Amino acid sequence: MQVTSDFQGRCREALNDPQIRRNFRFAMDGLMSKRRASLGDEDEREGLRARCAAIRANALARLPDLLEQLERNCTENGIRVHWAETVQEANRIVLDIVRGHHARRLIKGKSMVSEEMGLNHFLEGQGIECLESDLGEYIVQLAGETPSHIIAPAIHKNRQEVAELFRRKFPDIPFQEDPEALARSARRILREKFEQAEIGLSGVNFAVAETGTLCLVENEGNGRMCTTVPPVHIAVTGIEKVVERLGDIPPLLDLLVRSATGQHISTYFNMISSPRREGERDGPREVHLLLLDNGRSRIHRDAQLIDTLRCIRCGACMNHCPVYGRIGGHAYGSTIPGPIGSVVEPQKEGLARFGELPTASTLCGACAEVCPVRIPR
Amino acid sequence: MKQDRHYPERPDKVYFFGTCLVDLLYPEAGIAAMELLRREGVGVIFPHGQTCCGQPAWNAGYREQARQVARAQLRCFARDYPIVVPSGSCAGMMHLHYPELFRDTPEQAQAEALAARVYELTEFLVHVLKIRLTDLGPPTRVALHTSCSARRGMGVAAEHEGLIGQLGNVELVEPQRKEECCGFGGTFALKHPDISTEMVSEKARLIAETGVRELVSGDCGCLMNIAGRLGHQGSGIRGRHIASFLWERTHASDE
Repeated sequence: MQVTSDFQGRCREALNDPQIRRNFRFAMDGLMSKRRASLGDEDEREGLRARCAAIRANALARLPDLLEQLERNCTENGIRVHWAETVQEANRIVLDIVRGHHARRLIKGKSMVSEEMGLNHFLEGQGIECLESDLGEYIVQLAGETPSHIIAPAIHKNRQEVAELFRRKFPDIPFQEDPEALARSARRILREKFEQAEIGLSGVNFAVAETGTLCLVENEGNGRMCTTVPPVHIAVTGIEKVVERLGDIPPLLDLLVRSATGQHISTYFNMISSPRREGERDGPREVHLLLLDNGRSRIHRDAQLIDTLRCIRCGACMNHCPVYGRIGGHAYGSTIPGPIGSVVEPQKEGLARFGELPTASTLCGACAEVCPVRIPR
Repeated sequence: MKQDRHYPERPDKVYFFGTCLVDLLYPEAGIAAMELLRREGVGVIFPHGQTCCGQPAWNAGYREQARQVARAQLRCFARDYPIVVPSGSCAGMMHLHYPELFRDTPEQAQAEALAARVYELTEFLVHVLKIRLTDLGPPTRVALHTSCSARRGMGVAAEHEGLIGQLGNVELVEPQRKEECCGFGGTFALKHPDISTEMVSEKARLIAETGVRELVSGDCGCLMNIAGRLGHQGSGIRGRHIASFLWERTHASDE
C-alpha cells in the first residue's frame, strides 16, 4: 500500500471539494486575464521585468550595506528600528511595544510576515486583541482560517460562503449576499475598531534605504488607517524588502500592481517617512520598523537560492500555477503557498516540514514566465 | 524568443537524437522525423550508442547521475553536426541545461559546444531547412498540444503551429487553455498522481470538446499522457507525434 503524506492528503481533500475547485478556477482565471490585459505589450513588459529584476538583484547584492543605511535613515526620520533573528524574537519585540503602551487592542493591515510570525495567535495568548482590517484577512480571521493566497487571502470562498459566515458571526445584521453590502457591513464594524485600537500594525512592500521610507501598497484604505489612526504604528517586514533608491519605486510599484491584479495602480499607495512631526495634526506619535530575518540570511548566502529573495509578493506565480489552481493555498500548509512558497518555505521552515512542496511542480514554467522579477533566472 | 537564436546554413548532415520515449513508445515518430529530414536532402546520422539526455536525474536533483548519463551523449555526438531532437523536452535539456550541468567540470567547453548545436525538430525544419510542405491528405481537423518545454523552454510553439498551418487540408483548432500543462511533468505524475490525473482529465476533456479526431504533439511525454487519458475516457481521438503527422500527410505513398 502506498503511504500518503499529509500534503498529499490535503491535496486529495481539496481535489475532492468541487466548491474549492470552482472558487479557485474562477478567481485565477480572472486574475490571469486581468494581468494579460494590463501587460499585453511584450516589449514594455519585458523591459519592465528586466529592470525590476535588476533593481531587486542589486538590492540583494548590497543587502547588508543597504540595511544599515535604511536603519540610519529611518532612525534619523524618527522611526525606531528593531532587528529580529527569529519569529519568537519578533513576537517578543511587538509584545514589548504593546505592553509599553499598556495597550489591549491592535488593528492590522495585511502582512504576510505577521502570518509567518503567527503574531495573532501569539498576542491573543497574551490577552491582546489582534484584529485584521483587510477585508479578505478579516473574513479569514472570522472563519478561524489562514490566508489561502498572499494578495487575496479569502479567495477560496465565494460570496455565498462569505454571506453565510457573516450571518453566523453577526446575527443582528440582516442576511445579505451582495458583495458591496457585505463590504459595507465589515467597514462599519471595523471603523469602530480603528477608533479604539491603541496600536496599528502593517507590513511593508518596499523599504527605501536612501530615504528611510516605508512603502505600502493596498486597495482598501485600511492600510492607511492602520498606519495613521492609532497613536502607535508598527511595521513588520523581512530584511529582503529593502531597495536602494527612491527612484527604484515607480517601476517596482507599476509592475507589482499590474502583475498582481492587472490594475494600472493600486487604490492606495502609502509612503511612510516619519511619525507625526511637530505641528502636524495627525499621524501616529510613534513608528516602529521591525526587520525579521528568520532564515533569510541563510538563503542570502546560497548562490542559487538568493534569487528567490527578489520576490515582491505579487502572487502571479500562484495565479498561473496549474497545481495551485487545483489544490488551492491551504493544501500547501505553509505561510506562503504556490510556486514561490514551495521554494522559500522549505528553506525557512526546514525540509522535514516542507521538503515535499517542491515536488508539487510539473516544471511547466508558467510561474517563471510571469514572475515580475524573473525568478528563477 | 527564437529571434534571439542564430541559425546556420542548411547542412549536408545532421545527427538525430532519438529520445527515450520515441525509442520505446513511438518509434514511427523517429522514423518519420528522419524521413522528413532526408527528403530535404539532409543526411541523417543516428549514433547507436546514444541513450537518454539525463533529464529525469537532472530534474530530480541528482546532478552527478545526470552528468554520467549526459556524458555518453557528449561522446556520441562529438562531431560538429547539428543535433536534431524530436522533443522540446529533451532538446531543452541539452540546449538549455547542459551548460549548467557541466559548469566547472572538464567537459564544460564540450557541453557548451554541443548545447549550441541542438535544435528541436520543428525549429530545425522551419528555421534551418525553411521547409515547404504540400498537403496530400484528406480534409481534417486536429488539435495541437505544445509541451511546456517546447513552449516556454525552447520557445517553439509558433514553429509547431506554423508547420501544421502549411497543410492546406488541415484545420488547426485551439482547445481552451491550450497553454496549460497536461500534468505529466515526468516524476510529477508519479509523485502526485491525484493532481496529475485532474490536470490531464481536464486537458483531455477540453480537447475532446473541440470535436477533433486527431491530437498532435511534438513531445511524446504529453502525447502518452493525454492520449492515454483520452483512451480511458473512451474517446476515439488518435494521438500522434507531429513528425508522424507531417510525414504521413506529405509523402506520396507507393501503394
